[in-house]
Amino acid sequence: MSTPFYVSPQQAMADRAEYARKGIARGRSLVVLQYADGIVFVGENPSRALHKFSEIYDRIGFAAAGKYNEYENLRIGGVRYADLRGYTYDRDDVTARGLANVYAQTLGTIFSSAAEKPYEVELVVAEVGAGPEGDQIYRLPHDGSIVDEHGSVAVGGNAEQISGFLDQRHRDGMSLAEALKLAVQALSREANGNEREIPAERLEVAVLDRTRPQQRKFKRIVGRQLTRLLDADGAGATPTDAPSDTEEPDAPSSGDAGGTGREGAAETGAGETGKDGKDGADGADGTEGSGKE
Amino acid sequence: MDFLSGHVPEMLPGNRSLPPVQGAFEAPHGTTIVAATFPGGVVLAGDRRATMGNMIAQRDMQKVFPADEYSAVGIAGTAGLAIEMVKLFQLELEHFEKVEGTTLSLEGKANRLSTMIRGNLSMAMQGLAVVPLFAGFDVDRGKGRIFSYDVTGGRSEEQGYASTGSGSLFARGSMKKLYRDDLTEEQALTLVVQALYDAADDDSATGGPDLARRLFPIVTVITDEGFRKLTDAESSEVARSVVERRLQEPDGPRAALL
Repeated sequence: MSTPFYVSPQQAMADRAEYARKGIARGRSLVVLQYADGIVFVGENPSRALHKFSEIYDRIGFAAAGKYNEYENLRIGGVRYADLRGYTYDRDDVTARGLANVYAQTLGTIFSSAAEKPYEVELVVAEVGAGPEGDQIYRLPHDGSIVDEHGSVAVGGNAEQISGFLDQRHRDGMSLAEALKLAVQALSREANGNEREIPAERLEVAVLDRTRPQQRKFKRIVGRQLTRLLDADGAGATPTDAPSDTEEPDAPSSGDAGGTGREGAAETGAGETGKDGKDGADGADGTEGSGKE
Repeated sequence: MDFLSGHVPEMLPGNRSLPPVQGAFEAPHGTTIVAATFPGGVVLAGDRRATMGNMIAQRDMQKVFPADEYSAVGIAGTAGLAIEMVKLFQLELEHFEKVEGTTLSLEGKANRLSTMIRGNLSMAMQGLAVVPLFAGFDVDRGKGRIFSYDVTGGRSEEQGYASTGSGSLFARGSMKKLYRDDLTEEQALTLVVQALYDAADDDSATGGPDLARRLFPIVTVITDEGFRKLTDAESSEVARSVVERRLQEPDGPRAALL
């Protein structure tokens, strides 16, 4: 039997952190921005069925970068936590802060447990308030810490560069079209400073819209509505995109394309996602993603 | 629900032990629920009264709830248990939708409710029955559908119209004579309010439109645009027009004899 080498705790933790950070950086970036009527999630995602963003509860949304199976696990855990909380107490008693704490505990435990590999994920938990001052955005890095963010946040890929870019340009009270444009602009900047085009069909966009009449504020923006918002010129778009967020006007025509106000994945047989999930991800972006979407 | 039964089983309605009771046990009961389909959707309505024995326990009870965007459930039976059942049912549909990323089929939802009613069987044997009526818009088939249940969870799909609760016999008789399968949405709304009026007319446990307190039946419509509950103003308008006509003809509209 060989004697195991002594590894100092500092060194072990540093190694684990580096491992997780590298894993996260291999995935594509996503950004979460506050705008006048809520919070918008924007990311590049070639897959239609595997989402990076999802609804957790009435006012709470979830975004994740990193390894799909790991963050999907955390997402389902979060939905369970929120639904159980809401059923036991009241719908108002489910808060992003509580959820972020649960995630922090989980990630922290996994990160420091020697038996498991650290999760290669970075999460964002956002809650939309009644007014912009009530909005909360929490970023949860792989090690279980919580960062309270304001205005804008980027995770995954070259997140640092993107956040720097967003910090300079993001301001309060942007319209949805403006925020979306800024997000796409930020995402299309590559590490070496070049710009590349991200077509609308490779974008995954979702909003937590406080003006939605329904109790559940989360909504995916897909298809025509997305292209309309992207084409709209910043200032001129403000009046036109406000009614479009209420979703109902174009509901009959865009029926399954998200007009139903439900998950965009509705028609893709998401029941099979669990099984096909990884293959789907690998197949969709096998060239550069190596399953890290 | 499966998750809940694994983690906190005492939170599920069927898993509580019951105290032994002697004789009739009194708890508030909800009464009549009616539903009718029309081309393009379905309406589901309920009166507002809850009774406890011969007493009126509540005058403004809500018995019709949205289950999700495209379905609704109306409850008759023990109010407390029924409301809890609806809450759990709503939660389950929403939970499924969030976790799987797709909604359950209408059949799936109806089956799920069936299982929940069956879970309540031991309570039902002690007189605390819950018998809901489930109505929804089937997005795949593009039409409204109604499902009725018995206390054991037996489920059957109803064609055209259905009713449940203590005044259901009268409501069904009323709808039987008035229902046509080419009703417009507005006519269907009037139909269910007429049926509730007839139920209240002959059943003491069903409440009619209460003009003095401005309490009107809760009427909901489900179409391809989703669930919509009529506002108080809309529902009072339908109810007032029905009451108005009844001032001339107390027994309501007459069907042709032959």
